[in-house]
Amino acid sequence: MTLTSPLAQRSSNAFASGKLQGYVPGVILLTSLALSWALFSAFRPADAEYEVNLIVVVLAAIAIFAVLLWGVSYRVEGRRRAVDRLASLLVSFAFLVALTPLISLVITVLTNGLVRFDADFFTLSMRNVVGEGGGAAHAMIGTLIMTLTAGAISVPIGLLTSIYIVEYGAGKRLTRWITFFVDVMTGIPSIVAGLFAYSLFEILLGPGTRVGVSGSAALTVLMIPIVVRSSEEMLRLVPNELREASFALGVPKWLTILKVVLPTSIAGITTGVMLAIARVIGETAPLLIAAGFSNDFNFNLFQDRMQSLPNFVYYSYVAQGSNPEAYLDRAWAGALTLILIVMVLNIGARLIARFFAPKTSR
Amino acid sequence: MAKDPGIESDIRARGQKVTERRGDRIFSGSARGAGSFILLILAAVSAFLLAEGFPAIVADPAEIGLFDGDNFWQWVGPLVFGTLWAAALALLIAFPLAIGVALFISHYAPRRIAEPLGYLVDLLAAVPSVVYGLWGGAVLAPALQPSYTWLAENLSFIPFFAGPASGTGRTILTAAIVLAVMVLPIITAVSREVFLQTPVLYEEASLALGSTKWEMIRTVVLPVGRGGIISAAMLGLGRALGETLAVAMVLSATGIVTVNLISSGNPSTIAANVALSFPEAYGLNVNALIASGLVLFAITLVVNSIARWIVNRRADFSGAN
Repeated sequence: MTLTSPLAQRSSNAFASGKLQGYVPGVILLTSLALSWALFSAFRPADAEYEVNLIVVVLAAIAIFAVLLWGVSYRVEGRRRAVDRLASLLVSFAFLVALTPLISLVITVLTNGLVRFDADFFTLSMRNVVGEGGGAAHAMIGTLIMTLTAGAISVPIGLLTSIYIVEYGAGKRLTRWITFFVDVMTGIPSIVAGLFAYSLFEILLGPGTRVGVSGSAALTVLMIPIVVRSSEEMLRLVPNELREASFALGVPKWLTILKVVLPTSIAGITTGVMLAIARVIGETAPLLIAAGFSNDFNFNLFQDRMQSLPNFVYYSYVAQGSNPEAYLDRAWAGALTLILIVMVLNIGARLIARFFAPKTSR
Repeated sequence: MAKDPGIESDIRARGQKVTERRGDRIFSGSARGAGSFILLILAAVSAFLLAEGFPAIVADPAEIGLFDGDNFWQWVGPLVFGTLWAAALALLIAFPLAIGVALFISHYAPRRIAEPLGYLVDLLAAVPSVVYGLWGGAVLAPALQPSYTWLAENLSFIPFFAGPASGTGRTILTAAIVLAVMVLPIITAVSREVFLQTPVLYEEASLALGSTKWEMIRTVVLPVGRGGIISAAMLGLGRALGETLAVAMVLSATGIVTVNLISSGNPSTIAANVALSFPEAYGLNVNALIASGLVLFAITLVVNSIARWIVNRRADFSGAN
């Protein structure tokens, strides 16, 4: 480096020469913020109504920061380091941008959802409610019944299938078929699953049938591939030495699976099942098609339409009655409840995975 | 794992019988049965959808109110366009961001906070689509509306921003942004895993040759993870194609074909159209909607198959042993 810049302080430390001092980027950042603010304040339109938009100011400041940092770094450190600094800036910026919707979502759901997050919401149905009041208890019951039914069908099937894939079917043609079609099933759009359940029950029970069990069937189609995938992965993690030790002691294969393989992997399998439930409990489209919509409690899977929590949110939003505020408040409260359920399932699943995982190595 | 075939054939060769315990027979039988049941379900999905959708394709178009005088393909064409258009826009927005976020978590963030950040992104994936729809319709659309007005006033010579700007902000661009927020965590999760699997020795070799961090990423991490990145994008695309509620709640659709991103006339998507029309549909209209669902199924199947093909081409999967 022959050129000396005031920013690259001549230092006795050979490793620091030709590099920006640590405080320089911070100084540039503050400068660009100030610059951006000054620009927007100076050139704003004459009408007094106009307010300077903070988000625009920050975005402009980041753009100015990027240009200045690149320029200064180019001058002092050369092209390669300048590009490196720019890349770091862009990557961190991408992360901040991605985080913005999450923060906005959490804040809006919390502030709007807490308005009606009361005892009525969890105990009353929407029967004979036109304006304020009412609750989503019927929807919660419906979601609970339909999701549990779907789980009761798909967990045994999914688990047995993964046992077949890992323990019995290695290299067989049926295994290849199952793996392929589980992949296909993973990609089924949720609304198509709903249309399938509707078609199935229309053919079985006549046109226009919308019942709870139809919703469960749709959720089952969505849940099975998730359960198979995650359990398969967990079963593959069980070390082969454990199986061989059990075989060597003369234990039959089915008992080995039941007493050795499954207990070793049960934490992981439970985690997978909980995540699968969390995934389908928020599904709206299939239930909208297959289970319909209702304002009333319905405990019977096989008769009449059944409301679910996601559908409650959807209908409160699209069909706002004479008092839109009350419907929107209920929609947000429903959204908050849904998010809480999903969070609890997710965090619970991770805790189980962490604390009950088998200790495979010492 | 499967029995060693060598031992079994040895026993057979010596004329001894391979005895199988009853418990084994029942257990393996039920496992095989469950596996076959999955194939049955998938066959049933295709069969029932075909059986219910077919009447609408062959029926006299005049009988189906939804078609409005067109035939099935003329009706479903604009919907297919809308579906692909919205998904492509969403991918265009989400893909660069997702790669950035994945790189941030895998290579830029301090080790200590990288894992919690990964969880945070996973939680973003767990939020139900109806909540995204609510947020998109009630928060995002009004927030974006002023910028649409600005775009229509200043950049209307570009066909995408031809305007006139929508007064509510419920445009295809808003829907695409909501979709982007929804697919971003999926793309991020997959590419993060891929980036973390880059051999550390390659990275260190690159750094030892004097690369800056970015040069190391450009010459080692991205090329090594290319297959994974592409398949992640395809998975995200598959999700965006099939997403229903977020689009149905955000978009104010008129079903036209246009590339105008910010006006109040917007193309609709197959899934959103089914969700909006199905509750009131009757007779052959129901069959028409089911047939459009079949078209959507076919599109996602193609996209996912391409993704799977790319993954499998480079995967050397190692199970236990």
